[in-house]
Amino acid sequence: MSQLLEVSGISVTFDGFRAINNLSFNIGPAELRAIIGPNGAGKTTFMDIVTGKTRPDEGKVLWGDMSRNLVGLNEARIAQEGIGRKFQKPTVFEDQTVEENLMMALQNNRNAFSVMFWKPADVDMTRVAELAAEIGLANDLRRKSGELSHGQKQWLEIGMLLAQEPKLLLVDEPAAGMTPEERAKTTDILVEAAKTRAVVVVEHDMEFVRRLGCKVTVLHEGSVLAEGSLDHVTANQEVIDVYLGR
Amino acid sequence: MGTNVKRALIVVLALLCLTSQIVAQDAGEPETGTPDVAAVELGPIQKILQENSELILESSRRTIQPAIDAVANSGLEAAPSVLSTWAAREMYQRLSDGLFFAAEETGDDIFTLTDFDTGETVGEVSDDDLDQVKPNSGIRGLIATALVRFQLNDPDPDTRREALQSLERNANADLLEPLRESIVLEDDPEIKARKERLEKLITISYGSDPEVRIAAIEAMSGDLGVDVRAALNPLLTTRLRAFEGAVPESANVAEILRPGSEELSREEAYALVGGEPLLTDAQLRGALADNIVDGAVAGIPVAALSDPARRVDAYEALEDAGAVPQGATQADVDAALEGVTFAAVFDQPNPAITEAAQEALTGIETRVGFFQIFDVSLDALSLASIYFLAAIGLAITFGVMGVINMAHGEFIMMGAYTGYVVQQVIPNHTASILVAIPLAFAVTFAAGVLLERLVIRWLYNRPLETLLATFGISIALQQLAKNIFGTQARPLTSPDWLGGAVVINDVVSIATVRIGIFVLALVFLGVFLFIMKRTRLGLETRAVTQNPGMAGAMGINPGRVNMLTFGLGSGIAGIAGVAIGLYAQVTSELGQAYIVQSFMTVVVGGVGNIWGTLLGAGLIGILQKGIEWFNPSNTLAAQTYMIIFIIIFIQFRPRGIIALKGRAAGD
Amino acid sequence: MQRSFLMKNPSVMIFLAVLAVFTVLVTVGSEAFGAGFISTSFVKTLGKTLCLALIAVAMDLVWGYAGILSLGHFAFFGLGGYMIGMWLMYERTKEIVVSSLSQGSIPPTDQEIVDGIGSQIFGVVGSSEFPVIWAFADSLFLQLVLVVAVPGLLALVFGWLAFRSRVTGVYLSILTQAMTLALSLYLFQNDSGLRGNNGLSGLQNLPGVTASQDDVSMWFFWGSALALALGYIFAAWIVAGKFGSVIRGIRDNEARVRFLGYSVEGYKLFLFTVTAMIAGVAGALYYPQAGIINPAEIAPIASIYLAVWVAIGGRGRLYGAVIGAVLVSLVSTFFTGGQAPDIDLGFYKVQWVDWWTILLGLSFVLVTLFAPQGIGGLFDLVSGRKHPDRHGADLGPDKGSLQEEEAER
Repeated sequence: MSQLLEVSGISVTFDGFRAINNLSFNIGPAELRAIIGPNGAGKTTFMDIVTGKTRPDEGKVLWGDMSRNLVGLNEARIAQEGIGRKFQKPTVFEDQTVEENLMMALQNNRNAFSVMFWKPADVDMTRVAELAAEIGLANDLRRKSGELSHGQKQWLEIGMLLAQEPKLLLVDEPAAGMTPEERAKTTDILVEAAKTRAVVVVEHDMEFVRRLGCKVTVLHEGSVLAEGSLDHVTANQEVIDVYLGR
Repeated sequence: MGTNVKRALIVVLALLCLTSQIVAQDAGEPETGTPDVAAVELGPIQKILQENSELILESSRRTIQPAIDAVANSGLEAAPSVLSTWAAREMYQRLSDGLFFAAEETGDDIFTLTDFDTGETVGEVSDDDLDQVKPNSGIRGLIATALVRFQLNDPDPDTRREALQSLERNANADLLEPLRESIVLEDDPEIKARKERLEKLITISYGSDPEVRIAAIEAMSGDLGVDVRAALNPLLTTRLRAFEGAVPESANVAEILRPGSEELSREEAYALVGGEPLLTDAQLRGALADNIVDGAVAGIPVAALSDPARRVDAYEALEDAGAVPQGATQADVDAALEGVTFAAVFDQPNPAITEAAQEALTGIETRVGFFQIFDVSLDALSLASIYFLAAIGLAITFGVMGVINMAHGEFIMMGAYTGYVVQQVIPNHTASILVAIPLAFAVTFAAGVLLERLVIRWLYNRPLETLLATFGISIALQQLAKNIFGTQARPLTSPDWLGGAVVINDVVSIATVRIGIFVLALVFLGVFLFIMKRTRLGLETRAVTQNPGMAGAMGINPGRVNMLTFGLGSGIAGIAGVAIGLYAQVTSELGQAYIVQSFMTVVVGGVGNIWGTLLGAGLIGILQKGIEWFNPSNTLAAQTYMIIFIIIFIQFRPRGIIALKGRAAGD
Repeated sequence: MQRSFLMKNPSVMIFLAVLAVFTVLVTVGSEAFGAGFISTSFVKTLGKTLCLALIAVAMDLVWGYAGILSLGHFAFFGLGGYMIGMWLMYERTKEIVVSSLSQGSIPPTDQEIVDGIGSQIFGVVGSSEFPVIWAFADSLFLQLVLVVAVPGLLALVFGWLAFRSRVTGVYLSILTQAMTLALSLYLFQNDSGLRGNNGLSGLQNLPGVTASQDDVSMWFFWGSALALALGYIFAAWIVAGKFGSVIRGIRDNEARVRFLGYSVEGYKLFLFTVTAMIAGVAGALYYPQAGIINPAEIAPIASIYLAVWVAIGGRGRLYGAVIGAVLVSLVSTFFTGGQAPDIDLGFYKVQWVDWWTILLGLSFVLVTLFAPQGIGGLFDLVSGRKHPDRHGADLGPDKGSLQEEEAER
């Protein structure tokens, strides 16, 4: 099976602390994957490395059919390659409307000049409407996103990611601070998204992970501890030690 | 023949006098009261004076030398006092008997006479009976030269030192011999060393034997004194000369010059060769203007004369017609310069001497350069300590608390003005500085706390707005200072013990006040480290900085800690103000001059780290002084280049020299 | 959706209308073309104020919209002034030199004219040679190109260096301030080639124009008004579209924009450079009306004042910047020009020349503390422009769009 993203042997050290230690990780083109692990296991750092925010001390991040190395590219280039990232805290542009937020994320030329002369075509308007419907904000297009509820902001952010049409979606703790209903909807959105692209979800909440029903990777101290179905990894003695033994 | 007769007469007279004195003494009963002067036997020095009486009275520079020599070489103890009295125009001749005395006016036209030989007062005489010997300045110079020998060998070391000092000022060839003689007799090692040094310097300048001069030059080649260079430089003066054909062997050539080069322009070269005067543009223009006939010059219409080539054409036409004098054109210049060699020729004809002098100078200059680097390093260090002082308060408010305080410079200014006001009240400089330092701290501490309570605490986490608000405070404070103290600079005088300079040699010296500032900077570093690492406030400050929420949960009052920390930073700025005021003028713009550099210091060093601030100050100080050294005339340019360097430096180390690492630094 | 840009942005229409009415009023009241109740010197003041409004618009673009608090835009303004000043001074001096040389009986050579101009212009700094940077001073066209090219190039180089190393927030402000300081110190030197602290003078005289200053001042006034109108439309157009969305996004959360695939550095650099060019144009219109430019104009304090105007007027809205610049600079002129009456308190006489700066400084602190929206915020009361209910105080552009309470979650 050809891989979409292949992370091989990356390590990174902060001030002597080894945050990622010889980590290798693969994900296929249309796969939903959950990453779990205790605090400080290197989940967020892993995302930072893939998206170009942090540069690893060693190792490679190979991307796509061409197996292009992403290490050394800047965040914007990597995003243009088709990797979208959702932060732990909802980060939408609160001073702008939902529509503006989505428009900004639409997959178009990112060049400053073409952006300046860009006018929304009908296709774009339709796409924004579709996305808004998908994330349940069809009636809130004209509202400032700062007025939205916490959960709505999370969805808007996921919507913005989808608007980017990424091949890989990295989602950091999407369910944090959500009501049970909102969680259910979030699960639906993610599962739906994973039908056409790869989705990596970092999550603490086992219940949420269970609902995703996907392959799980357990990170511990910067490397992979176990991988498999949720039931498989939760039965693993090492995983139990790591989670409960502390 | 006549002189012989005269001499015989004098001898007879002298004998007569002697006998009469003997007779008088023999009489055993000298009269009391005024002794009969005529009856006194002539002392040995008086005798010499009498022998040279005519020359002395003639008082002409041309003829006086034998008289001076006679006194100076007499070997008599009284000789120096005679010479100095003479030179001081205090030697008088008594008209009644022609004897010379030192005289001093003690009453109205009454002079007290002192005998040279005995040193005793011989009586008071009205000025009618006296004639002052008035040596002119030339003679006084000759006398002084003669005197030096005595002074150089004077038993009193201070006199010898004085004599050396005057010798250093007006050295001349005649003094060389006496100086050399005195060296042998000298027993004080320090004075002896000085004498030997001076001897060499005078030999370099005036010595007659080339071998000896060269030896002296070589002996002095390691000396950094300005006087050594002053002695060597005149040996290397050159004159520009033109030679037909090759330069003759006899000329001591410094450099062969080519006309048209940077050192020797064609015009200068031509002027050396001589010939028809070279036409300047102005002369050409004037000549043409004088010869306008019917709107044309030599048939060329005036309007066409805006072309330089046509002007020359016109002038040549006028030359041909004889209307204007022949002027040298460029072609003439070429012809004149053909076959002529131009050279800078040493005034000193002996090549061995010039060579030795050149070598010695090069050696000295290398050493001077080395010491200059050392001197610049000292300067840089002192500038760095000033920047450090100015920046250390900022390192606390900006570096530790993350608060941009644009009014920081004004706190420095407030400290300086506090010092000034204290000096108005307490005139003693030492006491006033000792009072001013804690008072400046108190004033600026209070101002800082006030600023923090009223403005800054509402703006935490909004750094850009803090910047702008404190900028408002900054311009208000500046204008307030202007309103109170006026626009002219106010002096803050340092106490005397900080007034001088420590001189290491002729090249390296450093003002004491700068050493004081350096020490103060070190003290501050220590105080800062102590407060941050060893006190409760430091601990709480670090806690609040790293995690205000958690610090609050542990019972630390973040508001109070922030207030105190900000006050501390501001207070240190106040003390820095006193220090800076001591060496710079206190004006309302004092702080402004330092604010950008201070921020640069903190940013370059690495925010949040005092060692970084220290390194930053060091880097900026060294840079600025280093650049100034390459281009000493232009301190403005030095600052410009320094800032550009910093901007580029930040490219490579965006977080400063000492950067906080880790994930936290990325956000 | 395809409505025209102006129709979609009524505030632009209103602004243009106000500007047009103002221009007509001044024209009607001017000494040159109307009733004459507005003195020529006041026309110049108004014209200069329009130029300041233009640079304030540029500043608002770069600070209010993109969140880059540049303390260097007045340096670009000054550079624009210097560029046009070189041509004005060269040509003006040339006229004088040519006319004095043609008094002589022999017509001058070209070299004599150039030498004459050189010694006239550079006599004050003890030189008579033309520095290299004056190479194009005899060409109006090239100097006009330089008016935008020089500030643009400086902004491009500086911005490239600063943005690529991801210097942001106050660090960037301090860095721009350092750049401004370096430039002004450089220009203060006599051998900078721009007459050191003497600066360039006599710029109010247009070479080859015999019209009176009354007329010339009106021409410049119209020019300034036109430039302001065009600059305002350009700025409004730029911020209305997706580009505006992106730069506001950069202001509020740089990292998010980056992860959306936009090259944040490129956008910042573009905006920084373009606004520097606008500042250059504004300066090129300002200094011929002021008559003189010297390095003190470029000192960092001027750029900080610019930020003050924008903040007082209300940043993040273009008309706010204009209002701030116009109001503060006119009131400043009023108070510092000695026109305001002194207030006698009995024990102390308040002279506004001395106390105005203090008042300005303090009022600036008050605006920052109590009215972050500035004067422009008043318009929201009228138009009912709504802000989202964002729980807690604004954390400022630096910390992204998060609010105080949200940030603690």
